[in-house]
Formats: sequence, C-alpha cells, structure tokens
Amino acid sequence: MSLATRTASDAVTASLTGKSKDRDVRSMVFLGALWFSLFFGVVVLLALIIDTAIAGAPRFDLQLFTEYESRINRDGTGFRAGILGSVWLMATTALMAIPLGIGAAVYLEEFADKKSRVARIIEINLQNLAAVPSIIYGMLAVAIMGLLGYVYKGIVLGGAFALALLILPVVIITTREAIRAVPSDIRHGSLALGATVWQTTWRNTLPSAVPGIATGTILGLSRAIGEAAPLLILGLATVRDDPTGIESKVTALPIQIYNLSAMSQLEYQVAASAAIIVLLVLILGMNALAIFIRNKFQRSW
Amino acid sequence: MSKMPAEATANGTHTPHSEAPMTTFVSQAGHEPLPKLPPDPVMETKALNVFYGDFHAVHDVDLAFGRNEITALIGPSGCGKSTVLRCLNRMNDLVPGARVEGEVTYHGQNIYAKDVDPIAVRTHIGMVFQKPNPFPKSIYDNIAYGPRVTGMKVDSMDDLVEEALRGAALWDEVKDKLKQSAIGLSGGQQQRLCIARTIATKPDVILMDEPCSALDPIATARIEDLMLELKDDYTIVIVTHNMQQAARVSDRTAFFTAKPDKTTGNRTGQLVEYDLTNTIFSNPSDQRTEDYISGRFG
Amino acid sequence: MAPSATVAGPPPSGAGLPASPPDLSPRPRPGETLIKLSLALSAGLSVLITFGIIAAVLGPALSFFDQVPIGDFFSLHDQGGRGVRAAVIPLLIGTFLTTVIALALAVPLGLGAAMYLSEYASPRARKWLKPTVELLAGVPSVVYGFFALFFITPVVLQGWLGLEVNFTNSWAAGLVLGVMIIPTIASRSEDALSAVPQALRQGSLAMGANRMQTTLRVVLPAALSGVAAAIVLGLSRAVGETMIVTMAGGAVKNNSLDPSEPHMTMTAFIAITAQGENPVGSADYNMLFAVGLLLFVVTFVINAISIAIVRRFRQAY
Repeated sequence: MSLATRTASDAVTASLTGKSKDRDVRSMVFLGALWFSLFFGVVVLLALIIDTAIAGAPRFDLQLFTEYESRINRDGTGFRAGILGSVWLMATTALMAIPLGIGAAVYLEEFADKKSRVARIIEINLQNLAAVPSIIYGMLAVAIMGLLGYVYKGIVLGGAFALALLILPVVIITTREAIRAVPSDIRHGSLALGATVWQTTWRNTLPSAVPGIATGTILGLSRAIGEAAPLLILGLATVRDDPTGIESKVTALPIQIYNLSAMSQLEYQVAASAAIIVLLVLILGMNALAIFIRNKFQRSW
Repeated sequence: MSKMPAEATANGTHTPHSEAPMTTFVSQAGHEPLPKLPPDPVMETKALNVFYGDFHAVHDVDLAFGRNEITALIGPSGCGKSTVLRCLNRMNDLVPGARVEGEVTYHGQNIYAKDVDPIAVRTHIGMVFQKPNPFPKSIYDNIAYGPRVTGMKVDSMDDLVEEALRGAALWDEVKDKLKQSAIGLSGGQQQRLCIARTIATKPDVILMDEPCSALDPIATARIEDLMLELKDDYTIVIVTHNMQQAARVSDRTAFFTAKPDKTTGNRTGQLVEYDLTNTIFSNPSDQRTEDYISGRFG
Repeated sequence: MAPSATVAGPPPSGAGLPASPPDLSPRPRPGETLIKLSLALSAGLSVLITFGIIAAVLGPALSFFDQVPIGDFFSLHDQGGRGVRAAVIPLLIGTFLTTVIALALAVPLGLGAAMYLSEYASPRARKWLKPTVELLAGVPSVVYGFFALFFITPVVLQGWLGLEVNFTNSWAAGLVLGVMIIPTIASRSEDALSAVPQALRQGSLAMGANRMQTTLRVVLPAALSGVAAAIVLGLSRAVGETMIVTMAGGAVKNNSLDPSEPHMTMTAFIAITAQGENPVGSADYNMLFAVGLLLFVVTFVINAISIAIVRRFRQAY
C-alpha cells in the first residue's frame, strides 16, 4: 500500500468522521489491547535476555571461549568446541545451500516457464518444505549419511547436510523475491542487445538483486546457527576437540547449551546462560545486518 | 579521442557515420517523391497474426520496411502496433503464452523459422523502449555492454563508446563523466544513452517503441532530430501515439485500429492503411484513417 | 565472467549496408546450455528433497510396523513386559496440549499485533516494528526451552502465579511455544490485512464507523482466509517444534489432560530417543522414524490446508 493512499485515507478519516470517534472508551481499550499484543513479545524477549544475562554474568570471561566442556573444573567450563563447531557447520552449510539456493531461484525466475505444471509443482513443494519440522531434516541427513557410508554421523558433513537442506527453501524463496524485484525493463534492455538469458542474469539481474539475496541468506544462516533438533538426530554430542575438517566429530553451540541445561549442577546452568547470550548476540547481530542491508542497499526502482 | 568540433554534433547536422553534411529539417514533401511501396524492403511481415493464449491480438498484417527510411506505426491504444513492433526482433518470445503465425522476413529470411536464433536476430535488429531503461552501471559500461555480450571484435572499446555516444548526440554532455552511473542522467539523456547503447552493437534496423512518451517536449525534439540523422545509417521503425511526431519524422506510416470480435468482444488489432506519410496525413484512402487523423476517434 | 562460448558471432559490418544475407543460424552455446542444466538440477533438487524425506522416514517406519503390531502403536498404553514401548497416543496428547496452549496465547496476540501494524501504525513505524516482532522468530528454540525451564516454570508459574506445576510441564512449554509463533501469525496476518483494498476501509469510514469498527467488522472479515492461513501455519510450527517441548515439557508419556503435569510430545520423543543407545535397525530405533512419519504426515496435511486457503484467498482479489 502506498504512502499516498494511506495519507488519503487518514485525511478521509479526519474529515468525514473526526478523530474523536476513535476516542470513545471501547476504542481506547481496543487500541490498548493492540499495543499490548504488539509489545508482549518484545517484553518477553527483553525478560529473556535480562534474566539470562544476569544468570550468566559470572561467566562472561575468556574461558567461556577458550576452554572445552569440563567435568572437573565446572567453573571454568567453556564452549570452545561448540563455537568452533558452529563456525565449521555454518561455513559448510553456506557452501552447500547458497549456490544451490541461488541456482534454483535463478532457474525458477529466469528460465522456467512459470505457467508450466513442473514450475507449479516446485512452487507448492517449496512452500511445503519451508514448513517441514526441522527435526525431520535431521532424519533425512541420517539417511544421506547412511547412503554415503558413514557409520558415525555426528560429523561436520552430516550436520551441514541437515542445516543446508533446512535453510534451502528459505534461501530459494527470498532469492526469488529479490530477483523478481528487479524490473523487467532491465532484462528486456539487455536481451534486445543480443545478450543471452544467462548473460542478462549474470551481468544485470543478479548484481541488482545482491542486497536482497544477502538479506535472505543471512536470515537463513541465522536460523541454522540456532538449530539443535536436527543435530540431535545425527547424534551430535559432547566433543572435547577442535574440528579440523568436514569429517571431524563436531558439536554446536546450541547442542552444548542443551546438554548443560540437562545437568543438575548450578555452574553448568550459569555457563549455559552465558553461552546463550553469546548465541543471541551472534543471531541478533546477523538479523541486524540483514535488516541494515535491506533498508540501506535495496534500491527502489 | 576524436577531435570533432563540439558544435557539429550539437546542432544536429553531422554524424560520424555520414559522409557529407545532410539537411534534415526540410519537409519530407520537398524530396523526390518516394515510390508507393518500398522498392527494396529490409524487413517485411506477411500475414502476421499474434496470439496471447486464446486472445487474438493482431490479425493479418502485411508490411514492408524500406531501407534507410523511418516507418511509423500509429493507431489508438490496444490496436496492436507495439505487438507488431515486438515481433520484428522476437521480443514477443519473452511474453508467456505469446504465439506468432505468418512470416516476418529480414533480408528475405523468415526470422520465425525453426533454424533461426532469436539472439542473433536481436544483434541485427535493435530496440529502444518506451521508458528509458539504462542499466544500473556506468555510462561507459552501458555502451560497452552490447559489444561485450555479443563478443563483437572491437579494436578499441573507448573509440566505439565515443562513436556510439556521438552517434546519439550525447558525447558532449557525458564525455567527462563516462565512469558515472547512467541512472544519474536526465530522462532525455537516458533515452539517448539507450539509443547509443543500441547503435554500439552496429545493428541494421532500430525499433523504437514510443521512445518519447516519457520525455518532455525539448527532449522529444532532440530524439526526433536524432532519428532523422540515424536514418542515413539505419532502417528505423517507430511506434508512436503522437500523430504530429509521425508526420514530422516518418517517411511511411501504417495506421492500425482494433476491431472487436463479434462473438468474444475481444479487440483484435489490424492494419487499416499503409502508405507514404504525406498521403496518410493529407489524402487517406480509408475513412477510419481520416477520422483518426482528424481527431474524431482514438 | 560469462562463458566465452556464448558469443553471438560477428555483427554485420558497415551498419545498414549488409552485402550478404545476415547469418541468423543458431550458435552452439555449450556454456549457456551447461549453466541452464545445472540451474535446472538445483531447482529439481527441491523436489528430490521431498522424496528423500519420504524415503528416509518411510523405510525404517515400515520395518517398525513389521516388528511391532500396528495396534500397539496406536494405543493409549505401552504393552507391559520387555517389548517395545510403542504407544503413540500419549505423544499425540502431549503435542495436542502444548499446541492448544500455544495457539490460545499466540492467536489473539499475533492478530492484535497484525491489526496494529496494518491499521494503526504509520508506514515509517511499521518499517521498524515489523522486523522487531519478527526478531522473536529468530531466537533459537533451545534458548526458548532454557527460558521455559529456568524462568517460566520456577519464577512465573510457581513463583508469581503460585501454581502447583511439575518441574517440567505443558504450561511452560505451551506458553513459550506460543511466544515463538507470535511472529509467524502476526507477520502473515499483517500481509493479509494490508492486502484488503483501501476502498473497503474508506467506505466504512465514510458511513461513520470508527477505526476499531472498521478494523473488526470490515478489514478482518475481508482478510479472514489469509488470517486463517497464518494461524494454520503457526499451528504447523507449534506441532513441529522440538527443543522447547523436549527441555521444558517433560519426557513422560502421560494420558492426562492436565497441563501442569509433564507430557512427552511426538517431537520430544524423537529427540530423546535419538540420543539413546538404540542399535540401528532395532524396533526402538525404528520407532523414532514411525513417529517421524506420523509427524511429517500431520504437518504436511496442515501445510496443505494452509496453502489451499492462501490459493483461494489470492483468487478473491
């Protein structure tokens, strides 16, 4: 809806009915309820952050990042394995999901006949995949790892399969939106000069769509970095080692948080709270970056 | 860099392509009378029919486009003139569900034949659009785009860019800011950039789809001057809803109208009359043309 | 770096004066063809994933039903003795309880937020408020689970409200689950409300209705199918969510309908069983996939309903 129509409607509201109509008791209560709805979630989020930050405050130290999980030195237990594991998982996930996701989106937007039956099946299929529970993707990754002949599946490759498959629909859907936002004038101008469809896509459409694609990809990765359920299915557990390759045994920050939360000792809960703050900072940072890119670089045509 | 004097291109009497200065502001009537039909057409349409899905958009159009002439396609909205234009370089292929029957020949070859590459067609037959559509790149890269993507053998891209910009009467305005984004140019400059971009690929025919409809009168006049200059080197087909523009620039004019289908009520475009522009505007043979020219409908 | 193989051939020399008929024959563009093929494969992969999911889950699930009578699976109670504890009805009850609590919280709050964003907020405010609400969806579920376990249950439910709830219970899991799906419902509903034509609002306002009446009696009914699709999508998220219910909802099969008791859900069962030491191929291991199949079918049906509602809604305008 454009600004103009909205302003026009406001003007109509003001002139025809007068704002005073919005000032009776029921309207005010209604508006109050809407305000409450809007800010309830935000208040819960703030409570979550503050409560967790207070609980984790004693452990905002360097050992949190440099040490492995420890049964002996509970006060010094750290998330080194989880943080490095999450970094490895994210990098591998990004390498798998981003090229595949962008490729699929480019095909669907620029090459496929949008009215064809196949395109419609893929369309519905994507909507469905986007809503499949994440734990199911863990099961798929288990099957893939089985096919590839891996007996122990809690390695970087297995986790990355699960996470990449999980965020693939998100990457495809947001990339398609970004591509669709590039006006067809530009494509036609390029094609009329004798460029092929791929040349047009590579030299014109994709560069213009980069901010939108970056936003979608970051949001997808920020979802993947917080996922624990599909990794549990793969058997990711406690690891006291740095990952060195895609076949390394690995754990992830959310998995470590989950494992520690099941322990009865208070020290572990404190450490888990501190780790949650680390995870939240990472994710909120990624979200903020995505919103910044969207608001700053997205050109309005 | 060429040392051509600036005023030579600015006053619209000289282009890098023309061997001798030419006069363009003489009324078309002052020339030798042209034959009624182009004797050596570059392009022809034969029984051209266009469908969008079930919708019959254009019915049986036969036209011939003369070499180094400007042909104007005019008519009321929805008469199919833009559709016909987009058939001439197969841009209609991009519309989902579009189907073309009949022939469009280019130097005698049917461009809708099975063994014809639409991309090759478009390198010979360029197109300028209604709304200026420069790429979000530098002015230089906009011009170099076509030669680069088509793999044209170019001795010096700098020279080619300059030649194209001079050809589109834009060089003097942009020569100091070739690396700046084309999006910063005015609407009229953007449209001339799009023309420069098209001639950089050295096409044979230039199609223009209402190229001035988004421009102010001064920018429009410059484009019209430019068209008359480009005529020496290119065959031009222009769609316009501005009858004065057709009268000012074109050698021949085709008048289209839309005929409602008896059963479906869909309006199918058809060619009413095709003749020398002078004849169309002074002595049309069809009553509908006369009504349209005199402003009685459309 | 476009492939050089996509060259379109030399253009006519001496523009406007072609000596010979121009060559319009198709150029071989192996690079272009290869790229198109690999892009098509990427797109086709998404369909392959769906089949992969079905195959991955169906195989072990079918073995499970070879090992265990189907009646033991769709049963209220585990069979005694040393057999597989196969009853799935208690898991469905657990999922049902947490989902109902989640929806009871998230539907009114999500809709309220959507109505404010669509009907009251200025475009500038909405540009910042909507991403803020959507941030709630970005919080990892393991964090929500931790919050439910160590804050909602001990501080809010047992402390502030003085409820007699278990350490793990459906109240905490369901309420936090509800917070998690607020953004899904709010964001999708806002899209639906904003899509209602402005003319409808102006018609209502012109007849003297105020903004509350216009919102509730004109805009909301007009957007009802879109709002319904948003709620159904939220429902699907709640059914499929794992970590919150695993951490805060309990690990006990429980047929009671009392949310203050612990209840294991389908997803919690899968997550907990997966961490066990069951050998691959055993009935206990395969049951994980049988429950996974049930979960997939349930969410698939819910999603299909949501997509069907949206499709009808799109045709309306």
